Amino acid sequence: MKLERPDSRGRFGEFGGRFAPETLMPALEELEHAFEAAWVDPGFRAELDRLLKDFVGRPTPIFEAERLSAQLGFRVLLKREDLAHTGAHKINNAIGQVLLARRMGKPRVIAETGAGQHGVATATAAALLGLECEVFMGEKDIERQSLNVYRMQMLGTRVIPVTSGAGTLKDAVNEAMRDWVGTVETTHYVIGSVVGPHPFPWMVREFQRVIGDESLEQLGEDLPDVVVACVGGGSNAIGIFYPFAGLGIDLVGVEAAGEGIETGRHGASLGEGSPGILHGTRTYLLQNADGQVQEAHSISAGLDYPGVGPEHAYFQDLGLARYVSITDDESLEGVSLLARTEGIIPALESAHAISWIAKAAGELQGKTVLVNLSGRGDKDVQQIAEARS
Amino acid sequence: MSAERLTSMFAARRAGNSTALLPFMTAGLPDPGHAVEMFEAMAGAGADGFEVGIPYSDPLMDGPIIQEGGARALATGVGLEEGLEIAGRVVARTGLPALVMTYANVVVQAGPDEFARRAADHGVSGVIVADLPLEEAGPIQEAVERAGLGMVLFAAPTTTEARLRRIVDAEPVFIYGVADLGVTGERKVASSRAGELAGRIRALTDIPLVLGVGISTPEQAAAVAASADGVIVGSALVRRVLEARTPADAISSVATGVREFRAAL
Ligand SMILES: Cc1ncc(COP(=O)(O)O)c(C=O)c1O
Repeated sequence: MKLERPDSRGRFGEFGGRFAPETLMPALEELEHAFEAAWVDPGFRAELDRLLKDFVGRPTPIFEAERLSAQLGFRVLLKREDLAHTGAHKINNAIGQVLLARRMGKPRVIAETGAGQHGVATATAAALLGLECEVFMGEKDIERQSLNVYRMQMLGTRVIPVTSGAGTLKDAVNEAMRDWVGTVETTHYVIGSVVGPHPFPWMVREFQRVIGDESLEQLGEDLPDVVVACVGGGSNAIGIFYPFAGLGIDLVGVEAAGEGIETGRHGASLGEGSPGILHGTRTYLLQNADGQVQEAHSISAGLDYPGVGPEHAYFQDLGLARYVSITDDESLEGVSLLARTEGIIPALESAHAISWIAKAAGELQGKTVLVNLSGRGDKDVQQIAEARS
Repeated sequence: MSAERLTSMFAARRAGNSTALLPFMTAGLPDPGHAVEMFEAMAGAGADGFEVGIPYSDPLMDGPIIQEGGARALATGVGLEEGLEIAGRVVARTGLPALVMTYANVVVQAGPDEFARRAADHGVSGVIVADLPLEEAGPIQEAVERAGLGMVLFAAPTTTEARLRRIVDAEPVFIYGVADLGVTGERKVASSRAGELAGRIRALTDIPLVLGVGISTPEQAAAVAASADGVIVGSALVRRVLEARTPADAISSVATGVREFRAAL
């Protein structure tokens, strides 16, 4: 059974929890209570709904992808999160958390970012609501997503390069957490996915479930057979999966197979990892026998993460969803496929989901497949051009 | 029982009305071949015991200096087994109590009981896990105590009164009082909050209290010494290792640092 919320210790079954330094524990308790109160407060919900509608542009449409359907031989529907303001689903969560931070009286927010989409979303929400914002971003990601770095700066956010580790998402989360340990009394940490210590995985899922809730309403009786989403930390996936879970619909999460599962250079934590603790939560991780977390690898910065949200670990173990993977090369083909059949350039992350439905066309014949198109690909154009040359 | 080595050290310091000095050093620095010698030199310089760092890939409670120390140790192949072995040889050579300091995933992957048994076999006295709050500590604390070791729990300036009571009720071998908000690292100005935290803890219990995080000069250590049973100094010593050109330089520089802290206490 899917859980409305994790248990009192923040567990989804044996996953989740709160493995954080003591300094942060009071803030995590405060955040849990503040979110609980806000989430049942009609005033907070009305303000959030207003911003999601008039600022973000929700509801995002569901688009009947006719030429892609014709080519693949089954019906493809796209949930257009790429049309949300700032270009990805990340804004749903960022607006929610920054509103909450303001309600909690915190004048400053920080965030980590991989692809830069969450950083841009948080910078945007902070500008909108008048909070100070700093974003931690790995050096390697600053290079491959430079467009988003400029966007954050234009929005008045300071982007802080992270040089530790491989300079990717995992290191950016470490650095944001470290900042938070020192600034927790005046700062809220806007985590960008359904990861981290309780209440983050639950709270971020609640802010992202608008994707699935809207889809159910838009589709009415016309339910899909399969729902597909890419999985980095897992926020766009849980956002669309959660309302569909338990309805007998095949939920498929697509992880990064990077250079190929067999090379060991990938980001398939659910497929290839084992349970452990990272960034405050117990979940599936890429790690060695000594408990040292391994570097992930993916062409898409947003999927380049060796952990995953604990609720996905729970979904996988319970069979509520299944998780597959797509390589870097296959994801590039996914970009072309959607660009040429539908006139939509998807983010490299989202292209993993597109690529999987093309690869799995055999088993999908005759079905209706709803794909969460989590973001648009503008940020990736330069990187894609380089990968092709 | 290995924990006794630690508790009797605190008792002796209390009887003498003085404060223990517990240097932190990552196992395997300056290099694996000189790791034991490093701790021996600190013993010779006046350390009362050690916090032996078992490196972890994602040390989110540590600042740049200890991160770099850990990354160096990991790169030379020091993991849990090597770290425990170093700790064991240090205890055998110096007779001083050693605690191992690491992160939850290292303990959980070994298995709490297996981790505690191996630590006990190496003569370790206590266990510190930087990302293990009270709520998640239960199974690890039980395993550690079953093996005859002491479990350390943290209290921070942000810790509420209700939490502090629960931390005291869990009866750690000592309370690690986080002397300043923020991760490990050097501070130009000492935190004003260590004294207040120590006062709150002392009002509730006489479980030994050790202050650490951000204590980076002998003056800063001296300023908090009266309110604690012990002081932990980490980044200020690991920095000396990172700056040294040879292993011998690193060891003598760290020994000098420990001597200065000892003199101030
Ligand atoms: C467009 C897009 N999709 C997906 C992701 C992956 O995150 P998540 O798995 O939390 O949805 C990102 C992250 O940056 C992204 O920008």
